Amino acid sequence: MKTLHHFHGGVHPEQHKLESSALPSVCAPVPQRLILPLQQHLGTRAKAVVRAGDKVLKGQLLARAAGAMSAAIHAPTSGTVLSVDFHALPHPSGLPDLCAIIEADGEDLWAERAPCDFRAADRAELRAKLRDGGIVGLGGATFPAHLKFDCKPAREIRTLVLNGAECEPWITSDDRLMRERAAEIVRGIEILRYLASPGETLVGIEDNKPQAVTAMRQACANTGIEVVAVPTLYPTGGEKQLIKVLTGKEVPSGGYPLHVGVLCSNVATAYAAHRLINCGEPMISRLVTVTGSVRTPQNFEALLGTPIEELVKLAGGALPGSAGYILGGPMMGLHVSNGWLPVVKSTNCVIVKSPQLFPPLPPALPCIRCTRCADACPADLQPQELYWFAKSRNFDKIKNYHLFDCIECGACNYVCPSHIPLVQYFRFAKSELRALEHESAAAALARERYEYRQMRIERDKQEKAEKLAQKEKAALAARQSAPATGVSQDGSAQARIQAALERAREQAAAVKPKNMDSLTSQQQAEIAEIEARRAKARELAQGQASGKTEQATDEHG
Amino acid sequence: MLTALLVMSAIALALGAALGYSAIKLKVEGNPLADKIDAILPQTQCGQCGYPGCKPYAAAIAAGEADINRCPPGGEEGIRRLADLLGVEFKPFGGETAGPKARAVAFIDENACIGCTLCIQACPVDAIAGASKQMHTVITQECTGCELCVAPCPVNCISMVPLPQTPQTWKWQYPVYALVPVK
Ligand code: SF4
Ligand code: SF4
Ligand code: SF4
Ligand code: SF4
Repeated sequence: MKTLHHFHGGVHPEQHKLESSALPSVCAPVPQRLILPLQQHLGTRAKAVVRAGDKVLKGQLLARAAGAMSAAIHAPTSGTVLSVDFHALPHPSGLPDLCAIIEADGEDLWAERAPCDFRAADRAELRAKLRDGGIVGLGGATFPAHLKFDCKPAREIRTLVLNGAECEPWITSDDRLMRERAAEIVRGIEILRYLASPGETLVGIEDNKPQAVTAMRQACANTGIEVVAVPTLYPTGGEKQLIKVLTGKEVPSGGYPLHVGVLCSNVATAYAAHRLINCGEPMISRLVTVTGSVRTPQNFEALLGTPIEELVKLAGGALPGSAGYILGGPMMGLHVSNGWLPVVKSTNCVIVKSPQLFPPLPPALPCIRCTRCADACPADLQPQELYWFAKSRNFDKIKNYHLFDCIECGACNYVCPSHIPLVQYFRFAKSELRALEHESAAAALARERYEYRQMRIERDKQEKAEKLAQKEKAALAARQSAPATGVSQDGSAQARIQAALERAREQAAAVKPKNMDSLTSQQQAEIAEIEARRAKARELAQGQASGKTEQATDEHG
Repeated sequence: MLTALLVMSAIALALGAALGYSAIKLKVEGNPLADKIDAILPQTQCGQCGYPGCKPYAAAIAAGEADINRCPPGGEEGIRRLADLLGVEFKPFGGETAGPKARAVAFIDENACIGCTLCIQACPVDAIAGASKQMHTVITQECTGCELCVAPCPVNCISMVPLPQTPQTWKWQYPVYALVPVK
């Protein structure tokens, strides 16, 4: 028997699991139209490789991973790409983003599937397969799997933890998956074990799912994988919390499980890896719990891109008086009102809301500093302090209180006697801090470019000045080195004038007047006469005083 | 008595020497306060503060010649951080300084551009690519939105386009809800 540990805090919200866990999961029919956001993972949006009008087969690539932190998106059924366009996303902003919209042809025809023997494959090759197969963490964070398993195996990884805790109320998709497809999950775990070569492999399941524990124990017999039932306490399913419970290791603040030699992955991710590697089927469907205010709460194997409204209809439709949905669980889920939002890789549950099941919170009262939130916080934070700093927008201080260790589990919200929406404040502060970081990175770039430009302008100016100085120096040197030629040496200006005059004279000598060629003998005689007269005048002028020069001018005229 | 005096003066001398040495050896080059202020300024380099760039404004603040509420692109958050750094009171925008605008980038209508290069000369961060008598274009990632290129263009083909909000740039809003006063 394994000794288990405790994490700080935790709460016991009402379970509401039995509603949907009793019925076996059902394969949802292919909907008419599927909406596939190109970003269903943490990181950069995948790049579309299809265009409107293209025919696609089931499992065909729609968008390939763009950059290191990305994962591919595939067609969940065969049909025609209607458009690659902006469509509303299951995102808290409610803003649209690029989606591939597919009209199903109803034939559900598979593209060629290429299963492979992972034991014969290279680890890097296998990771590339995970990326191109669109495998991401299905526990909620949608962290691309190929990056998570990008580690030095054996040396780094002591423990591989498979997360089957599913601690959020209402959700039962992992529960049903483990009960119905334990053998396949184990085959997927084998792939992850091959990638990480861990010392030990643990599957953590909350003890409110005894059937899942039994099924997994049976499937794991003689594999060296240990299935551990952990006490039911929200949020045991948090990565750091489950690692603490199973191994006693504390993931450092701001660190990753890898820092303590642990890798943690969801059981549904292992199942998806099995489908991809052993069956050649990329990530195109997942189990989704449909529960809350519906006639028959149950789990569906739904194609990605299925509108949530269709699933609600399959579950017998919403009960009268329902309004809105929660995607995910009530503690951390996303509240939406649009039924046309698609199922994405992170959608594990659709809860139909009604005022009876989820009564509106009473209005918030001022914080009384009872510190109940701090007692409940699984990350061992001081939510009342964080709240204080977030409220007064004191973002520099709030970082020192480890805001980024908050997993937004909502345990503090749950216990707060003043009904303060604490997590909303923390999300606000986090996104402000992220934006600040982004801005200061942009500012650093701008500063660099600005300073470079200033430097360049300055340099150009200097270069120009230098060139001028150099020219002058060269001229001076030329004058100094050539005194023998008789060029006058007093001042560069005079020297230049002298040189210019010289050049002008040479030019004048080179040019002959045009009217001088081909003259008649009479004209020649006339010219000779004039020249003689000029010579005489010159003689006269030289012989007499300078005042007599007019005479010569007269003769010229 | 004498020993005590000697010991004390020896200590004083040693410490004085250490201080003098460190004053020379550990001297900080440049103006550290101006650099700290410059690190807070948004580097839009727009000149709306009345100085030819962020750095000159930072130097002016450091010298006590300029107010801290002169930089519209920095927003109120920027003023708050400057006030924190300098230990002075927060001061809202007002007087001759306009408030902050939504972030935008310059866009050149490439069909109208005559290739006069005036905008390139105006851009403080070299975010415009082009050459004489060639079409010019703005490198959006590098554009700080300073608007300095808009006025010089002789054919008015540069406009400022606000950056659209996407799910990637979207921010959680400050929670708004009614507080109930305690009776
Ligand atoms: S539980 Fe609520 S009232 Fe109590 S300290 Fe925390 S925030 Fe304040
Ligand atoms: S939401 Fe954050 S602060 Fe609140 S209990 Fe969970 S981890 Fe702690
Ligand atoms: S107003 Fe413009 S130039 Fe002045 S500090 Fe702010 S961003 Fe820099
Ligand atoms: S100032 Fe206007 S016309 Fe001149 S290069 Fe720039 S965009 Fe073209």
